[in-house]
Amino acid sequence: MALAACEPGILNPAGPIAAGERSIFFNALAVMLAIVVPVIILTFAFGWWFRAGNTRAKHLPQWAYSGRLELLVWSVPALAIMFLGGIAWIGSHDLDPPKPIASQARTMTVEVVATDWKWLFLYPEQGMATINRLVVPVGTPVRFRITSAGVMNSFFVPQLGSQIYAMSGMDSTLHLRADKVGRYRGLSAHYSGEGFADMDFFVDAVPQAVFDRFVARAKAGQGKTLDWAEFVAMARPSRNVRPASYPRLQPGLYDRIVMKNGAPEGEQARDGREQ
Amino acid sequence: MSFTGKLGWDSIPFHEPLPLVTAAIIGVVLLGVFIWVWRRGHLPYLWSEWITSVDHKRIGVMYCLLAGVMLLRGFSDALLMRSQQALAYNSDGYLPPDHYDQIFSAHGTIMIFFVAMPFMIGLMNFVVPLQLGVRDVAFPTLNSVSFWLTCSGALLINMSLVIGEFAKTGWLVYPPLSELRFSPGVGVDYYLWALQISGMGTLLSGVNLVTTILKMRAPGMGYSRMPMFTWTSLASNLLIVAAFPVLTACLGMLILDRYLGFHFFTPEAGGNQMMFVNLIWAWGHPEVYILILPAFGIFSEIISTFSSKPLFGYRSMVIATMVICILSFMVWLHHFFTMGAGADVNGFFGITTMIIAVPTGVKVFNWLFTMYGGRIRYSSMMLWSIGFIVTFVIGGMTGVMLAVPPADFVLHNSLFLVAHFHNVIIGGVLFGAFAGFTFWFPKMFGFTLDETWGKRAFWLWISGFYVAFMPLYVLGLMGMTRRMQHYDVPGWHPWLLVAGVGALLILGGITCQVMMLYVSIKTRKDRIDESGDPWDGRTLEWITTSPPPAFNFAVLPDVKGEEAYWGIKARARENRALSDRPDYEPIEMPRNSPTGIVSAFFATAMGFALIWHIWWLVILGFFGAWGTFVVFAWRDKAEYEIPVDEVERLDQARRRSKATLLDLPEEALS
Repeated sequence: MALAACEPGILNPAGPIAAGERSIFFNALAVMLAIVVPVIILTFAFGWWFRAGNTRAKHLPQWAYSGRLELLVWSVPALAIMFLGGIAWIGSHDLDPPKPIASQARTMTVEVVATDWKWLFLYPEQGMATINRLVVPVGTPVRFRITSAGVMNSFFVPQLGSQIYAMSGMDSTLHLRADKVGRYRGLSAHYSGEGFADMDFFVDAVPQAVFDRFVARAKAGQGKTLDWAEFVAMARPSRNVRPASYPRLQPGLYDRIVMKNGAPEGEQARDGREQ
Repeated sequence: MSFTGKLGWDSIPFHEPLPLVTAAIIGVVLLGVFIWVWRRGHLPYLWSEWITSVDHKRIGVMYCLLAGVMLLRGFSDALLMRSQQALAYNSDGYLPPDHYDQIFSAHGTIMIFFVAMPFMIGLMNFVVPLQLGVRDVAFPTLNSVSFWLTCSGALLINMSLVIGEFAKTGWLVYPPLSELRFSPGVGVDYYLWALQISGMGTLLSGVNLVTTILKMRAPGMGYSRMPMFTWTSLASNLLIVAAFPVLTACLGMLILDRYLGFHFFTPEAGGNQMMFVNLIWAWGHPEVYILILPAFGIFSEIISTFSSKPLFGYRSMVIATMVICILSFMVWLHHFFTMGAGADVNGFFGITTMIIAVPTGVKVFNWLFTMYGGRIRYSSMMLWSIGFIVTFVIGGMTGVMLAVPPADFVLHNSLFLVAHFHNVIIGGVLFGAFAGFTFWFPKMFGFTLDETWGKRAFWLWISGFYVAFMPLYVLGLMGMTRRMQHYDVPGWHPWLLVAGVGALLILGGITCQVMMLYVSIKTRKDRIDESGDPWDGRTLEWITTSPPPAFNFAVLPDVKGEEAYWGIKARARENRALSDRPDYEPIEMPRNSPTGIVSAFFATAMGFALIWHIWWLVILGFFGAWGTFVVFAWRDKAEYEIPVDEVERLDQARRRSKATLLDLPEEALS
């Protein structure tokens, strides 16, 4: 576990949600270890001491009941679970994905569409979109709206915290914030077919000024406008897609994708996605 | 519409040498075994004594055999996966996604449905009637049908290796990926029909064992005197009866989607994929308790027997078992906290999940207190039990951590999760099955298993387990998700190499188990269990001979307390005599019947035809299976009689062996 902490992962949080989840992870682990370690030691101790060859060990061939011990064996786990249950209940509410993150900075919205097999990020406030690369200003809470154009995926940036399923026809909300400048790995955490292994992306958390420059550069780009027709074309299955961006975004596209249940017209052929 | 439906020469994956070569090797081995059996003239014996047998003991043994064979298949898949992930750092490895995705789907499906399930059902089938002191299960022929339907499903899954393909959707075929739009091939259909057919077998088996335990106990065998394994079997089979119809309905809806254009789970026409996820886990969570509860029972029997003490806190253990049985239906949502149900719902299901840890913890403590004050004999079975306790509390701990919703938000679907469920399924279910198989093997075949190879197998399995799965916990914390065909994160690579070494150690463990069987069979004359009670047992299966006669007990035992056989032994030692010589009567036993294998033959044909859309064969298969039942229902003779002389002869021999075991004088027999 010490080694795991050196690698970027859920034990190296870069934002408040991931940090909260890590501390819950460690709290739960500590409570459990307080019982598990003694049980393992007792198992070895009893197993060793009461071996058949040990004549010094107490011999109680009939001993099969003790009211006091019964009370103890029911109440020790029950107490631990009451404590852990409290952690779970409070944690579920504190770290509920749709719950906005209290912050000085204004919350920014990014819309996420999982397609086969790449991630599309729409920036409705900036009027642009990117594929397989997400850039967010550091310290700004981001409200992600998450859906899918087809099969189920799960939007997950381990160092930022919570994942949420991307499902067609569903509009799920997740709030995250990056507090440290850096590049974080994002991935689909729900298997989605042949190109699944390449469905990863980078999240760049950058200072506001850098973010503004990134938006300006993207919007000055030569690419096409991301409208419905272009979305249908880009949503066709493709693997290992390089990061790209669209300088313009048709307003309301995300809602249309959700309302169409993620199934672009003409893509609903009965016999497979190769159509 | 063609005569062979969708089936054609292009259905055989000639471009993939791996499955074809494997299948060719398996084919040659099977052919060799068949020819050997045929040349040695064993075929009539196999047909009349095993294949058509309705004896619960024979059926139990065949279930275990099926599980063992399928374990080899499922473990080969595991080796392929571990080696692929060990190699696929910054490269494509040697298995393309198309193949790799089938392998992990098949691995999960086979290990759960065709290894863990038949192993546990086999042991329950064999042991429960013996522990209850009765002569067979409630519906003996139905029992044979259940077994052969399970084989039918296993056969279909293995056919997918060479004819067509298997599902590329994961072992729980989540829609929309499993819908026709995204999985147009026959892979998902193989999955669906294999599980529908074997699921029917499992449900019937559950009905059978529940009825047996509730209605057919020896005189005096009240609920409060039933051995622990029988109690956990009851709980497990109640769960089967309650949960398997949910699976059948859920898969049935997916079948309607795929075959008749329904839209239960297709979002684009108003269906809802989340409904499938709810339904499959409403079955799936009870399923894991269906598997682990009998294992708890096995460990209870073994720890008590080898500590030479009664089980500590019997009533607590029964209550804990039944609490787990009920709670297991109230936790299914913890499999998808990340779907976004909201804090109240997530919090509720997180807490119900944790509550299961209470009765489970009670069990662990009670096993420890069973050992306390005992004289523990370290057989391989006791090693499996100690290994289980230690491994299972670790797996239980990580399970409770996953039950905390905010922790699950970052651990869900990661290798941490994969490590967790292997931790409880290998360390719990599989260790239990191995321990139970070793424990009851002499009862099955009349001779004990070789302990040297058994202990070697244990040490390799347990070290292999830790080496293979502890790295997966670490990888999960590093953010590695499951089912990756390749990856480019340098930090993951060393851990996956270590996990690969662990898989090789487990391979060594399995090799030792094969050796154990080989050596034991070869030296069986030296290891005969004369007494029928090789471990100084406490429950009724040890009162009869090893192997027991077809009728199990010449006279149904009169149960006078917990640990029925222990009490009988104690009284015999005290009185320096066995119980009075009973009045023997002829015994009626059910006749063997080919109903099971014939109906499963037609069910297999029907399943295969449904997968490939060969409609005439579907109709033929259906009416064939139905006709088989009709013929069985109109049978004239259902039973045969074992004459009183034969019963007396066998039971007198048994009484002599018991007198020898208990060191009683010759006149004790009268």
